[in-house]
Amino acid sequence: MNIEIKSLHFAYPDGTEALKGISLTIASGEQIAIVGQNGAGKTTLARHLNGLLKPSGGTVFVGDWETTQHPVAKLAARVGYVFQNPDEQLFSRDVLTEVSFGPRNLGYAKEKVDALAQRALALTELSEKTEVNPYDLSPTWRKMVALASIIAMDTPIVVFDEPTTGQDAANVARIARVVAELKREGKTVIAITHDIDFCAENFERVVALSRGQILLDGATRDVLGQEAVLAQTYVEPPQLTRLGKRLGLKETVVNQEELLQALKK
Amino acid sequence: MAFVNVRNLTYAYPLTKQPALQDINLQIEEGEFVALIGANGAGKSTLCYALAGFVPHFFKGELQGEVEADGKLSSQSTLSEWTLNVGLTFQNPFNQISGAKYTVFEEIAFGLENIGVPREEIKVRVEEALALTDIRELARRSPYSLSGGQQQRVALTSILVMRPKLLVLDEPTSQMDPVGAKEVFSAVRKLAQEGMTVVMAEHKTEWIARFADRVVALKEGRILMQGAPREVLTSDLLFENGFGVSRYTSAAREARRRGLWTKKSLPVSLDEAAEGFGAIR
Repeated sequence: MNIEIKSLHFAYPDGTEALKGISLTIASGEQIAIVGQNGAGKTTLARHLNGLLKPSGGTVFVGDWETTQHPVAKLAARVGYVFQNPDEQLFSRDVLTEVSFGPRNLGYAKEKVDALAQRALALTELSEKTEVNPYDLSPTWRKMVALASIIAMDTPIVVFDEPTTGQDAANVARIARVVAELKREGKTVIAITHDIDFCAENFERVVALSRGQILLDGATRDVLGQEAVLAQTYVEPPQLTRLGKRLGLKETVVNQEELLQALKK
Repeated sequence: MAFVNVRNLTYAYPLTKQPALQDINLQIEEGEFVALIGANGAGKSTLCYALAGFVPHFFKGELQGEVEADGKLSSQSTLSEWTLNVGLTFQNPFNQISGAKYTVFEEIAFGLENIGVPREEIKVRVEEALALTDIRELARRSPYSLSGGQQQRVALTSILVMRPKLLVLDEPTSQMDPVGAKEVFSAVRKLAQEGMTVVMAEHKTEWIARFADRVVALKEGRILMQGAPREVLTSDLLFENGFGVSRYTSAAREARRRGLWTKKSLPVSLDEAAEGFGAIR
């Protein structure tokens, strides 16, 4: 299911123009990271994908649905959205109920709800914690519950808003495994992130936004190699990309293995 | 004598059995910039709360040991006395914004108004603080119209304007763009040089290595190790305990395992990594 964004404009009620003519096509099954300075419009853009925000101008299509023509509740069957702060999202008394809520709300039969919930719990390593109240879990695990409750809805498109913010190395690795599994299943994954190393290691395409417009859009390696352009939106290339450049490597390296292989040559 | 003295501090939140902090002993000199690192749940936020007096004045629970700053004990001060000297920014800036003010300027002035600073002085101090964190262009915006990273800058500014002697920052750059995060580290370094004592919980080891004086690594509520950033961040102990370190350090560690890295020490910065890997080429 493709996403087709055409000349998208959006202004907040206080007059701030957050998006100034974004055009973007995201193909089914792509893994795409959206990067850019604070206030660049990343979250505003992502919230148009599930209809939480409606364009001031231009159009957003999710498959054959234009987002203005469908309520958020209906769009939720196509686009899952994991909020930056899990506490904006969680409300059930135990993890299993929380994770089952989404698929149940989409009207699936009990067997299917159970199967989807179990799969999401396994993927997020929560299978042992199904009876716990989400608010008795550490913030780390609450984040995983928030992920699980969206993954359980089995939407073809999943949006993550800052998935690794405040997460330690072990949990960043867990979240990376979730992204990889969604990719294997053919889902479209869109992540807003400031974690440029996470972006380099887990996404195939990067869109850099600056002041409500697209600054760069392309394959991860091509985008993250453009240090001077990225600087316009306060993004620095990944540590190892900067290191590769400093060492004078011809090709752009984005992860450890590429660096070590390039050094052997 | 050290500016901050934490002695035998053990603390458990209400209705919990496992203490969040166990037997913490920590001395921090005036003007020192100390970074706290550790996994989620290691006790970084709780230690921040204890330094800022929120433990035990706001979060009740069971406390042993004591926290002293500027010669006073937190247990013998009220929270409002304590916070005249000690400023805390919360991990989530949303928890900090007052909700009572329409603009960023008013939000940042709020704390000064509360302690009765004269109007003219408030204006000057707010302008200074806005310049320090480079958010002058946000002054007239509503705090709620801002992005997460911008709100985080506002929260930090609203504490800096109070000129605390001890500044406690709980992951202050978690939602910031990379350049903004680096700027905050650099601004904090400058404040420390001017004599402010700073404790910052953070994950961004590249900037910790460059800007902090000392690193304290927490694991399961205890201090696992502490020392100069280089010594701690390249240590085998940290690696064995699964701490996140910069890609420079981990790539060099892997290169050493493969017999490629020949230098004795591991790098913590781009310069050191370039030097060490440059020798391999």
